[in-house]
Amino acid sequence: MVLAVLPFGLEALREAAGDTLFYYALSPALKILGLVFLAILPVITYLVLAERKILGFLQVRVGPNRVGPWGLLQPIADVMKLLVKEDTIPSRAVRWAFVLAPCLVVAPALVIFSVVPVGPPSSTPGGFSGFVTDIDTGVLFVIAVATIGVYGLILGGWSSNNKFSLMGGLRAAAQMISYEVPQGLALVGPLMLAGTMSMVGIVEAQRGARVWYVFPQLVSFFIYMVAGVAETNRNPFDLPEAESELVAGFHTEYSGMRFALFFLGEYANMIAVSAVATTLFLGGWLRPFPSVAWLSPLDVVPGAIWFALKVFVFLFVYIWFRGTFPRYRFDQLMALGWKWLLPLALANIFVTALIKLWLAR
Amino acid sequence: MSPPNGSGEPVDRLVDPLFCGEEMELSFGPQHPATHGVLRLNLRIEGERIVGCYPIIGYLHRGTEKLFELHPFFQNVPHTDRMDYVAAATNNLAYVGAVEKLIGLSVPPRARYIRTILAELQRISSHLVWLATHAIDIGAMTPFFYCFRERERVLDLFEQYCGARLTLNCMRPGGLPFDLPAGWGDACRRFCEDYPAKIAEYEGLLTENRIWKRRTVGVGVLSPEAAVDLGVTGPMLRASGVGFDLRKARPYEAYGEVEFAVPVTQNGDTYDRYLVRMAEMRESTKIVLQCLDLLPATEGGPIMAKRPRVLKGPKGEVYHGIEGPKGEIGFYIVGDGTPNPYRCHVRPPSFMNLQALPDLANGHLVADLVALIGSTDIVLGEVDR
Repeated sequence: MVLAVLPFGLEALREAAGDTLFYYALSPALKILGLVFLAILPVITYLVLAERKILGFLQVRVGPNRVGPWGLLQPIADVMKLLVKEDTIPSRAVRWAFVLAPCLVVAPALVIFSVVPVGPPSSTPGGFSGFVTDIDTGVLFVIAVATIGVYGLILGGWSSNNKFSLMGGLRAAAQMISYEVPQGLALVGPLMLAGTMSMVGIVEAQRGARVWYVFPQLVSFFIYMVAGVAETNRNPFDLPEAESELVAGFHTEYSGMRFALFFLGEYANMIAVSAVATTLFLGGWLRPFPSVAWLSPLDVVPGAIWFALKVFVFLFVYIWFRGTFPRYRFDQLMALGWKWLLPLALANIFVTALIKLWLAR
Repeated sequence: MSPPNGSGEPVDRLVDPLFCGEEMELSFGPQHPATHGVLRLNLRIEGERIVGCYPIIGYLHRGTEKLFELHPFFQNVPHTDRMDYVAAATNNLAYVGAVEKLIGLSVPPRARYIRTILAELQRISSHLVWLATHAIDIGAMTPFFYCFRERERVLDLFEQYCGARLTLNCMRPGGLPFDLPAGWGDACRRFCEDYPAKIAEYEGLLTENRIWKRRTVGVGVLSPEAAVDLGVTGPMLRASGVGFDLRKARPYEAYGEVEFAVPVTQNGDTYDRYLVRMAEMRESTKIVLQCLDLLPATEGGPIMAKRPRVLKGPKGEVYHGIEGPKGEIGFYIVGDGTPNPYRCHVRPPSFMNLQALPDLANGHLVADLVALIGSTDIVLGEVDR
C-alpha cells in the first residue's frame, strides 16, 4: 500500500519544491532517512533476534520466546531496556573520547550504505533509483569509510581507563591493520574484471559478463569474507571483545545506549560487509543467472528483494560461524592475515591480470 | 611482589619484538568470566604475553575443615558436597571411605556397586561441565549447550536416586541412605548406551577442528616430572604421560571387579588433557554398564554395613584417597574416641592442580591463560574449602 502511494507522494513533493531542490536535497535526504530508519535499523534489531533464534536452533534451545508471539517483540523490548538503562561514564575516563567512540563506530557503518546499490538505477531519467548515490570511486569510498570504524574501538578501549578495555582496543587496532590490507586487495580482483570502481557499474558489468564475479574471483571472495568476519569482530575473530579473555573487551565500561551503539555498529558492519560482498561478488540486485532467458519470469521479483536475500545468506553464514567455531588467538589471526591472506590476495591480482591480458590479446 | 612463578627464578622473557614492551600488572579476577568462580590471578604482562602469574585464592574460603570437627561423622557428608560442587558424589565417596577405614566398617557389595555407578556418573557430569566451560572459554559456544543437555540427564538420574541434583549427600559411612528406585537401572543404562554417540557429537565439533587444535596443541605443556613434583593428579597427570589412576593403583569400591582402560597421552598439553578427559567419559560409561550388570545378583541385599547407631571414631588417623574427576581427592581424618573427628584435612585435587598454572601460563598469551584455566579444571569451592 505504502509503496503504491509513494511515487505519487514524491511527485507531489517534486512539484512543490522544484526540481533542483528535490533532486539535490530532498530526494537524497528522504532516501537516507528511509534507508536508515526504515531499512537498516529495523533489520539490525531483527537481525539480533534472528541470530538468537538461529543460535538457539543450533544449540538445542528455543531462543527468545516470551515477548510477543515467537519472541517477535523481543528487539523492541531490548531497545527499550537499553534506552532507559543507566548510562555510566567511569569517573576517570577520558570523557570526550568515551562519548565519541560509539558514534565513530556506528556512523561509518551506516555511511557505507550510501554507495551500496540496493536496486537498479531508474529506467527513466530523474526517477527514483535504488541507491542514494553512485560515485565513481565507490569501492574506494567503502574501504576508506570502513577503516574509520576501528578508531571508535581504539578510542573506546583507551578512554575507558580499564586495562581490559585497553587490550581490547589494541587488539582491534592490530586486527584491523592485519585485515584491511588483504581485504582491500581482495576487492581489486572484481574491480579489474569490471573496469570500474562504481558500485552500480560493477553490478552492471556482472550483468554484461553474464556471470557473478564470485565464480571467476573465488579466491578474492574467500579472502574478502574471511577479512570481513575479522573486520566486524565476529566469531571466530571476535578477539577485541573476547568475553572469556577480556571480560567484554573495548566495551567493558560501556552501558545503556552507548553500549547499544557499539552493538548497533557491529551489526550494521555485518550488514555492510554482506552488502558490499553481495554487490561485488553476487551480482547485487540481479536475479540468479541474469543471462538465462527462460528464467526471466523471476524478474517480477524486485531487485531489492534479490539483494536482501543474498545479504541474508551472508548474515546466516555469520551466525552459523558463531555457532560452530572456537576463537582464534590474537597472534594466530595476525599470522593468518599477513602470512596467508596477503600473499594469496597479491597472487590473485597477478593471476587475474595475466588472464585479463591473455583474453584481451 | 612474590616471585611470579613461585620458584624464585627469573622469568623466561620471550624477546618477541611484537609483544615486547612495558610491563603491565593485570588483576585477572576474582570477578572475571573465565576464572571459573572466584580465582584471582595477578598477572604481569608485556603486551599480551604473560611474564608472571600469581594466583590468589581464598575468596570462597568457608572453613570447611574446621566445620568437620564440629559435627558427628555422618553429619559431615553434606559439607563435602559443597567443596567440589560439580562433583559431590565423589567427594562423598572419598569422605565416607575415610570414615569407614577409620572405624572399620565393611560395605555390602550392593552398596559398593551403586556407589561406583554414582561416582562414575558424577565423573561424566563433572567432565561435562569442564568441557562446556573449557570450550566456551576458547570461544566455541555450542558445545556448552550440548554438554548441559547431557548433564541434565545425569542430574535427573541423581535426582531420581536421592532427590538432589547438585549437592547430593548421597552416601553414608557404611553404605547408602537409599536403595535404587524402581526403573532407575534401566534409565541409567539407556543414558550410558546413548552417551558415546553424544561424545562423538562433541568431538565432531572440536577434536579435528583446526582452530581448536591451534588453540590447544602445544599450549601449556606440563612435563611428567613437573607434574609429579607439583602433586598434579587426575587427567592432568595422565595427559603428561604418567598412567597413575587410583582406581587401578589402589582399587576401592567395585573398581577391582570391572574392566576399564586408563587413557594416557604423552604430550601434556591442553589438547592432550582434552583428549584424556574425553576418553575417560567413554570409559566411565563402560564402568557404569558393567556395574549395572553386576547389580541384579545383589538384588534385595543390604545397602548399609552393620554399624552402631552413633559412630565413634577410635583413636588413630587414616588417609583415604580416591580418583575424583579432577584428580586424587583424599581425606585425612584423626579420631579421638568421640563421635566427631578430631581433625579432618582434605587433599583437594583442584588446589594441587592449580599449583601448576603459573608454570604453565608463563610465556603464553592472555588468550592461552583462559584455555589453561579451563584445562586445569579447577573448582574454587574445593580450592578454598
